Amino acid sequence: MTGESRRSPRGLRQWLGLLLLVGVLLAVPFVAALGGQAWVRIANFAILYVFLALGLNIVVGYAGLLDLGYVAFYAVGAYCYALLASPHFGIHLPFWVILPFGAALACLFGVLLGAPTLKLRGDYLAIVTLGFGEIIRIFMNNLNAPINITNGAQGITLIDPIRIGEFSFAKTSTLFGISLSGPQKYYFLLVALAALVIVINIRLQNSRIGRAWQAIREDEVAAKACGINTRNIKLLAFAMGASFGGIAGGVFAAMQGFVSPESFSLMESITILAMVVLGGMGHIPGVILGAVLLTGLPEALRYGIEPVQKAVFGRMIIDPESLRMLVFGLALVLVMRFRPAGLWPSSLRRRELSEVTD
Amino acid sequence: MAGAIPSVWPCPPSSFGFPDQSPVFGQQLHESDTLVRPKRFVAESLTMDTLLQQLVNGLTLGAVYALVALGYTMVYGIIGLINFAHGEVVMIGTMVAFTVIVSLAGSGMPPLLILTIGLLIAVVACMVLGWGLERVAYRPLRHAPRLTPLITAIGMSIVLQNVAMIIWGRNYITFPPMIDKRIYEVGGASFTNVQVAIVVLAALVMIGLTYLVQRTRMGMAMRATAQNQHVALLMGVDIDRVIAMAFIIGSALGALAGCMVGSYYEIAHYQMGFMLGLKAFTAAVLGGIGNMAGAMAGGLLLGIIEALGAGYIGDLTGNFLGSHYQDIFAFMVLIIVLMFRPSGLFGERTGDRA
Amino acid sequence: MKHAHIPGVLMALAASVAMIGCGKKEEPKAAAPAPAPAAAPAPAPKPEVVVKIGHVAPLTGPIAHLGKDNENGARLAVDDANAKKLEIDGKIVKFELLGEDDQADPKTGTVVAQKLVDAKVAGVVGHLNSGTTIPASAIYNQAGLPQISPSATNPKYTQQGFNTTFRVMANDIQQGSVVGTYAVKDMGAKKVAIIDDRTAYGQGLADEVEKAAKAAGATIVAREFTTDKATDFKAILTKIKAKNPDVIFLGGMDAVGGPMLKQIKELGIKAKFTTGDGGCSPELIKLAGAASEGVICTQAGLPVDKLPNGQKFVEDFTKKYGQIQIYSPYSYDAVMVLVDAMKRANSVDPVKYLPEVGKTAYDGVTGKIEFDDKGDIKNGAITVFVIQDGKLVTLKSEGGTAAAAPEAKK
Repeated sequence: MTGESRRSPRGLRQWLGLLLLVGVLLAVPFVAALGGQAWVRIANFAILYVFLALGLNIVVGYAGLLDLGYVAFYAVGAYCYALLASPHFGIHLPFWVILPFGAALACLFGVLLGAPTLKLRGDYLAIVTLGFGEIIRIFMNNLNAPINITNGAQGITLIDPIRIGEFSFAKTSTLFGISLSGPQKYYFLLVALAALVIVINIRLQNSRIGRAWQAIREDEVAAKACGINTRNIKLLAFAMGASFGGIAGGVFAAMQGFVSPESFSLMESITILAMVVLGGMGHIPGVILGAVLLTGLPEALRYGIEPVQKAVFGRMIIDPESLRMLVFGLALVLVMRFRPAGLWPSSLRRRELSEVTD
Repeated sequence: MAGAIPSVWPCPPSSFGFPDQSPVFGQQLHESDTLVRPKRFVAESLTMDTLLQQLVNGLTLGAVYALVALGYTMVYGIIGLINFAHGEVVMIGTMVAFTVIVSLAGSGMPPLLILTIGLLIAVVACMVLGWGLERVAYRPLRHAPRLTPLITAIGMSIVLQNVAMIIWGRNYITFPPMIDKRIYEVGGASFTNVQVAIVVLAALVMIGLTYLVQRTRMGMAMRATAQNQHVALLMGVDIDRVIAMAFIIGSALGALAGCMVGSYYEIAHYQMGFMLGLKAFTAAVLGGIGNMAGAMAGGLLLGIIEALGAGYIGDLTGNFLGSHYQDIFAFMVLIIVLMFRPSGLFGERTGDRA
Repeated sequence: MKHAHIPGVLMALAASVAMIGCGKKEEPKAAAPAPAPAAAPAPAPKPEVVVKIGHVAPLTGPIAHLGKDNENGARLAVDDANAKKLEIDGKIVKFELLGEDDQADPKTGTVVAQKLVDAKVAGVVGHLNSGTTIPASAIYNQAGLPQISPSATNPKYTQQGFNTTFRVMANDIQQGSVVGTYAVKDMGAKKVAIIDDRTAYGQGLADEVEKAAKAAGATIVAREFTTDKATDFKAILTKIKAKNPDVIFLGGMDAVGGPMLKQIKELGIKAKFTTGDGGCSPELIKLAGAASEGVICTQAGLPVDKLPNGQKFVEDFTKKYGQIQIYSPYSYDAVMVLVDAMKRANSVDPVKYLPEVGKTAYDGVTGKIEFDDKGDIKNGAITVFVIQDGKLVTLKSEGGTAAAAPEAKK
């Protein structure tokens, strides 16, 4: 699955592992549903974040461009879907038209952001992208006058769910004798999309472009000297990352049936970045792990804190909601303290780290 | 459905020629009253007194931004870390000062003394907090990948916010006004003694800090460390101490800024640090992060941009870009400045930190 | 750490996800076989039945103080309802509140909504923000659960064609027109300046006030904006000062109104200040201090001191949880409306009592509650207050049926 796996022969074990993985992925929505549909929804958001984190991974992990405004592209995709498939303008296009269009639009925004920031490095880039994210959000929040485009803070309601003919993703229906709830159907769609993005990520990583990104990440001047067109390659990173964000946004809008600017706050960008870094920058399995953990942890804490506190102290000392985010923050700090390169860094990165210890 | 109906701005100019202009509630005639003639919006709010007032507004805001920005820049200049938790340090400073002031309020001491005690305790508390942050969270990560301490900082920010929520509650807190507010009017602009105190105090602190950095041994050690840690180490500079000092001083400035914000707006909340921190960080980058003079200039500039932006851009664009885009102006200016000067207004070439 | 490990770890990961899923299974008290809309608790031999009512509001984040306030209101209602030892369908009903935190985040809102549906609650009170209320309402609707929002004012919430959405709070249109008209007709304002905080609430209300004030013959001399997280308003206030309005209206919450009032005073602006229910609270008086004197504001519902239930609510609430923020009376009423509908339907099964919610005619602590066919409160009363000597003093009430003689209940 990763770079080094190419070098080793693909053994039977690997195929078995893959088969098992597919089996587990297929089983998740049904197993999770035993604990309630809420867990299916959590799983869906986890995969949505896997999707987003992998998109950001291209920009941050591969090309080494610190992007704190990634949520802007997510917002562009979501609003694109919302405006083209809701009673707001009375347009109801099918999803297979809107999702690619949303991706293209987000891609365009990616280039728009990338172009003026090419000269910037490191933390200057971070603040500009952060500003860009805020600018997009503030425009979404205010473009209800003089012409009502986004309906402002009130958001857009009654967005069409993803529908294939009569088969709507919003309702429970029976397929091949299996009853599937709405969230479960979205789960399979999301898994399929995530698989696609993983394949693209792997292909990119080992391609000419991927190596050019890594060269820029390690030393931009040297990369340029080696004949890499750093401008185009950097723009490409922004564009690719952005289009993934755009698709994720579209699915989010369809799944929620409602979008409003508050879903696209700075905190969201920061969370996605935290997933990438916490999991292991530039390493696909690590990023997936980071996304799943950071989505699941606050939800798991929702269920876990109360019983734990009762068991330890015999009563509730601090109400669970106050503690939940506290524990979340502490987890970020502790993981970074003891696994500075992320929970599951690529072996290449690890080697770099152990060599450079000054 | 209410929000769906677009409201068309600006309102028809004819309404400004309303014949009966007698103010109903305001007995006192304002200078702008005399200007009621059919005319364009721009003229209406471009009077000198309004401009002066906006500059005063921006200056006060900018002084606070500058102090917070210094905290970011001191840390960044030395170890290249964006201390995202700095806004939270400011918040803790405000909250500690609040607690001290409230508990001393009934003691019969003069209010100014109470305020000073509150301020001193807040400063000390934040110094300890800043030192602790560096020691516990950042020092172990000094050689980690560049983004690792950034995530730690975000984690610490979440932790501090939630700790503050548990200690001081979820509600907004009234910061007790310890200074009897007096309102002065100069040239049509009104300001309070609190505002004067803020600007003067901020100026004094900045002068003091410049002295510290330029003239003392500690300052020299700091500059050396910022230039090149290895060489500084070889020259006998205690790097750990210098970095800790940067955090301690930055946090002390944060506490000071927190107390200013508290006494200026008379309100405090456990979430107040986030936006303030973000703005101050923007200011620091605008000036050239890592550069003290840049942080001061960036802070002041940002404050003034915000005030003038909210005050005038709406009129200049026929209310298309009104004050709802207030927060954007700062970022727009930032992006434009960075396009032409990629290291900020005063920044040296520190770009290779990427 | 070679490739062979990778599928293994992924598998462990998936397994752990699955395990979390399983671990939760104990949560619902009886694992019901079908994911059908919350089934009625089976007739137990004991004459007591536990009915869960869900409550959702942000308990962390910038408006957590309002969220906690809502939850406390609902908690008080549940305690009061339990104290009455209601008998429904021959069983003593014990109500239980499941309070959830949606962090004011629409995504989390849907997850907790699903969690409540899974937990088989009988009805839901919440959410606080329109942004979380609307996406969650689709989930409650599918499960057939009545949802009563105590504070979401976005008109779209009840316009989705769902029969499960209700709100006990007047929407923006009703309130905005009262404030706007009052400012012009009663206060004699000719020039009005309007500020809103760009939230769904502030924006919606400010737009309505603008319409009403214009209709009553006033000129809007300034329309300015801020955010719900801002504390410095001097730039926009200076601009407003230059336009010299008679009245300033704020569509926003008390945390914005408090510092804004102080800055209005510092800038020497003489205009009167008005605001809607978000700023019509003791909290505003606390935050603005002396600067709040003379502020005119409105609240949905009848003045508390005119209602016998209201006074008791204020006393009980203050004793138990301290200061009322804003919406806790509404969340209290929302719970009571659910309880009342169950009583009338003589069932705690949402399928059976949902139609009764629509027929509610209940004397709550905020006035008489009746719903129109969409689920909005019918003819909701709006009361205008003035702040005098640090207290909210009633000026007048508009609309709404005064708390009549106790109506005939079964």
